[in-house]
Amino acid sequence: MNTSGASPEFLLDRNEAVPQLVGRHEDFLIVAGLAGTARDLTFLSRDAPHVFALAGAMGATTSMGLGLALARPERRVLVITGDGELLMNVGTLATAAVMNPPNLAIVCVDNGRYGETGWQKSHTSLGVDLEQMAIGAGIRTTRLVTRPEQIPEASRLIRDGNGASFVLMRVKPTESPPHKRDLDPATERLRFRAALPD
Amino acid sequence: MKTFERAHPAERTATGAQRGEPTAGVTWPDEIYRVLREFGVTQFAYVPDAGHKVLIDRSLSDPAVHSVALTTEEEGVGLLAGAHLGGARGVLLMQSSGVGNCINFLSLVRGGQFPFLMLVSMRGDFGEGNPWQMPMGRAVEPVLEAMGVMCLRVDDAREAADTVRAAATMVYQAGQAVAILLTQKLIGAKPF
Repeated sequence: MNTSGASPEFLLDRNEAVPQLVGRHEDFLIVAGLAGTARDLTFLSRDAPHVFALAGAMGATTSMGLGLALARPERRVLVITGDGELLMNVGTLATAAVMNPPNLAIVCVDNGRYGETGWQKSHTSLGVDLEQMAIGAGIRTTRLVTRPEQIPEASRLIRDGNGASFVLMRVKPTESPPHKRDLDPATERLRFRAALPD
Repeated sequence: MKTFERAHPAERTATGAQRGEPTAGVTWPDEIYRVLREFGVTQFAYVPDAGHKVLIDRSLSDPAVHSVALTTEEEGVGLLAGAHLGGARGVLLMQSSGVGNCINFLSLVRGGQFPFLMLVSMRGDFGEGNPWQMPMGRAVEPVLEAMGVMCLRVDDAREAADTVRAAATMVYQAGQAVAILLTQKLIGAKPF
């Protein structure tokens, strides 16, 4: 926890750190938050069908991942979202902790900003610590990643965790890849379902 | 009390929880639970309300389903969409005041054409005594319809199971978004 009064460290380059943390994206069913993380993951996966990326319903990413994890206990489910999106429905961390599915990992790529709307500071630039909120919500396994050497261990955790896990990765407030994707959620839904037979 | 008998006016002051107790055989909430399980629903998501007490308790004691208590109702919209992506079926239970919390998340349901079933126990409805409940209760149908969710009202216990069966067919076979409104004629008005 940042008790020193110093600014939190937002130093990692997301265009390097996110691909390193996620690693083989095919290892997961993925729900990606709005804007930054949605572009990170659709670019990384080349619009693969096992990535459902939101472009609205801000705050729904974690609950979608929870429903998916409960429905598919044999698959690893990765929720990857930004600080603004997670803050909008942060209580979902408590619901995820209570259900505690062994196959769910939640990653928050925290740049401390609302990048889509003019780079205004979010609460995480102003003293709010989402890892501590995850701990307080009851998530038993959490990590804070602010330096490159911390990424490999966190990358293993999101694959091997035996309960809902949470990784807070702080990054510089810079652009995600300029990736154009199909924003139609019905297309995404049908594609995701077709690639995941019952 | 007979199982499917319409409530005597004097009983309408009882809470839904009291009237939902399975004291005289199978009650309408038990029938609803049975229908939902017949349709293969395995995720029951809810913010607790007295009107859903039986459904919540049944889901908690059923090892074949996930009983998911939410911190706020809109989480349930995301949860059910995620369940569908994974090939599972869910239902979202809430009091009418929770409908307002869901509105923007219903963009996901409508835009993504997700099948979606919610059961809403009404407040701000027939015989309401709490003025705080009236604005949202009166707004439930117009806001849900505006977001593309079809509303089916249940006033009579004898119609509850059939209405849920009809809704579940439209949701899980025809891919629609449907809200069943369990009215205060059915569940009774809370006394103040």
